[in-house]
Amino acid sequence: MTLTFRLAWRNLWRHRRRTWLTASAMIFSNVLLVFMISLQFGSYEMMINNTLRAFSGHIQLQMAGYNENPKLRNSIADVRTVAKRVRERLPNAQVAARASGFALASSEERTFGIQLVGVEPDREPGVSSLPGLVRDGRFLDDPTAPEIFIGSTLARNLKVAVGDEITLLGSGRDGSFAAGIVTVAGIFESGMQDMDRSFAELPLTYFQDLFAMDGGGHSVVVMLPSLDRVAAAVTTLRNAPDIDGPLDVLDWEALNPGLKQAIQADMSSAWFMYAVLIVLVAFSVLNTQLMSVMERTREFGVISALGVRPRRLAGLILLETTLMALIGFALGVFLGWLITLYFNTAGFSYPGMEDFASRFNLPGKMYPSITPLSLVLGPAVVFVFCLLAALYPALRLLRLRPVDAMRTA
Amino acid sequence: MGAGGQLPLGALARLAWRNLWRNRRRTAIMLLAIATGAWAMIFMTALMRGMVDQMVADGIDALPGYVQVHHPQYRDDPNIENSLAQPDAAFRAAMAAPDVQAWTSRVRVPAMISSARDSRGVTLLGVDPQGEIEVGFDPADIVAGRFLDSPGDGGLVVGRKLLERLETDLGKRVVIMSQGPDNTVADRGFRVVGVYKAQLEALEETFVYAGRDTVQAMLESGDRISEIAVTGYDYRNVAPLLERVRSAAGDHAEVLPWTELDPYLGSMMKVMDGFVLVWIVVIFMALSFGLVNTLMMAVFERIREFGLMQALGMKPAAILWQVLLESLMLLALGLLLGNLLAIASVWPLRDGLDLSIVGQGMEWFGAASVLYPALKPNDLLLANAVVIVLGILTSLLPAWRASRYRPVDAIART
Repeated sequence: MTLTFRLAWRNLWRHRRRTWLTASAMIFSNVLLVFMISLQFGSYEMMINNTLRAFSGHIQLQMAGYNENPKLRNSIADVRTVAKRVRERLPNAQVAARASGFALASSEERTFGIQLVGVEPDREPGVSSLPGLVRDGRFLDDPTAPEIFIGSTLARNLKVAVGDEITLLGSGRDGSFAAGIVTVAGIFESGMQDMDRSFAELPLTYFQDLFAMDGGGHSVVVMLPSLDRVAAAVTTLRNAPDIDGPLDVLDWEALNPGLKQAIQADMSSAWFMYAVLIVLVAFSVLNTQLMSVMERTREFGVISALGVRPRRLAGLILLETTLMALIGFALGVFLGWLITLYFNTAGFSYPGMEDFASRFNLPGKMYPSITPLSLVLGPAVVFVFCLLAALYPALRLLRLRPVDAMRTA
Repeated sequence: MGAGGQLPLGALARLAWRNLWRNRRRTAIMLLAIATGAWAMIFMTALMRGMVDQMVADGIDALPGYVQVHHPQYRDDPNIENSLAQPDAAFRAAMAAPDVQAWTSRVRVPAMISSARDSRGVTLLGVDPQGEIEVGFDPADIVAGRFLDSPGDGGLVVGRKLLERLETDLGKRVVIMSQGPDNTVADRGFRVVGVYKAQLEALEETFVYAGRDTVQAMLESGDRISEIAVTGYDYRNVAPLLERVRSAAGDHAEVLPWTELDPYLGSMMKVMDGFVLVWIVVIFMALSFGLVNTLMMAVFERIREFGLMQALGMKPAAILWQVLLESLMLLALGLLLGNLLAIASVWPLRDGLDLSIVGQGMEWFGAASVLYPALKPNDLLLANAVVIVLGILTSLLPAWRASRYRPVDAIART
């Protein structure tokens, strides 16, 4: 074994330049893969977290069918009690009740149709980042006060400031006329166009009175300590007899189908690019190893005439390739890690990215996330494909006939 | 052709061609690698280009127009107060220029639409149906009923998704409320006469079309309009059109190109142009290691031969040229294969690649769920040029080494 190993190692350096060039192809693609995959993981994570934290949360409980077709009528009867039960089941989670509807908001000068959400002022900051994005004034604090928390573009369009009054007009759950006058408590700026332009929050109790909800609401929002606990929490809630019943337990993927699919679409184009890179490296290895076998045909003929089995020769070639691929792997991961580490602290951006990023709830700079998986995934696949590429030259040796081989010039 | 030393270029080329096929298997593998690389460059670029082109085209149709004219305050505060007068004769005359494809003027105000079941916030468009079709509305998108037939049409055309949300139907009545000048609430009942579909559901939920005169009468706003939309012929080069509209519209109006009206679309196009180049260069770099390696091997095993040739009087320059020609032939052949492969794989997709599995994700990007690859001559040229030029540059090293051996040493080598 050690003999084969030493043989392989020496053979590798018989053509120093060729070995380094082939290893360089591996290093190049490994560095690129480490960086790209880390950047991808980092931006997906940020996209998911920013989107979920903004409003939707990790899990929501809603009436069946509400997610596809949000109607005021399709409400949870006693939303606060449901929220309380959820809180008992999931002691580590932040849980808040909400109700939502649509109304015409008028200031003295302007009128706009807006989305209204009734929230629990003390609970909402735990499930949503919106209350923390106050630009003027403050978030709601009294569950019954006729106050409103509105987006910055909406405030500008309505020409209102903190302390001004807005008239709300809509229709209640029972079909009655819903009308109220509220004072602007605060103005938020989220950077998300739709949110800033046509979205406002009211205290839940006030919302329920305004829309004749009779204590009802539309969703219970759950925010967990981290994304990987979602599946377990969903199972817990689905198995809770006093919760599930007529309610749907929806995880973040069901709540934001666009988010999941955008990531999938992006991933599939990324995988295509990675696959091409890997195939090109494999070609490079195939060529090198094939050459190295062919130029040694005579040598191999002599060795096998001395009684070495062809299988051992094939193993030798595979071992040589493994050693070369290991060099490519180690240096690739190391250099890739260095580069990624730099961008992990400094942030990565390219021209035009800011306009682009805000649409996906991303900041102007992206930070690649370094995990063992993101470091090793790409290079490991490269490693495997390099070995596969060496199979053809190695298997050719199995058919080696010593006499013919020794005659080769 | 003195470049070939003493041999004519034709003879050198023949020599290079034969040398190329001395090791068939090696050459074939390298050809395959170059072809795969070229295929990936062109195919991927065609897919991405197709997606972005369509996004931009759909985005411009939805704006609509390459250039829009507004009251300076309108974009901040889209109220009918911030409106323009109906374009005058001078403006009309300026819009007869050959680089203007079409133009139209429209009223565009935020409004609330109510059916018997539900209410929604929408954008009410008061349009001249003929002009609207000329700047981008496709009458084939009407899936039920009809499009408006005149600016005075009293009917309403709504999106498929909105109709569903409102739980109403073709022929039913809906009420539209909006704001007239002086903050008066203006409302009017409309009958839904047509339903349209759009690439993006968000658009179907946002825009409702009514006759321009009808909307003006409802808002009691005289013949005031909110915007003028102008289309040209080349959205990538919108500056001349912008200049023309700007000088025709005068200083009191805000005139902006689509890249500023929708910065996401504008940046998308720029990012895409950058991406194409980066992608092509990255693929080339992955190829270049193999290319240098192959040539190095080809040179290395022929050192004796090169020495002999020099001893027989061939100049080093001729040897350099011979290796470069060999590389050029390899590259050109690989590219030819790659190009054919790319064209062959784009061709079956000409009727569109269905991505509806990730349709909502594509909508997030602002893209449609059917992708039409766009094989642009420019991209094709760029990919081929990059491979040839950088490929020759990379081959300079092995070629130069081949020409530098001293004949005596080279022959003495075994």
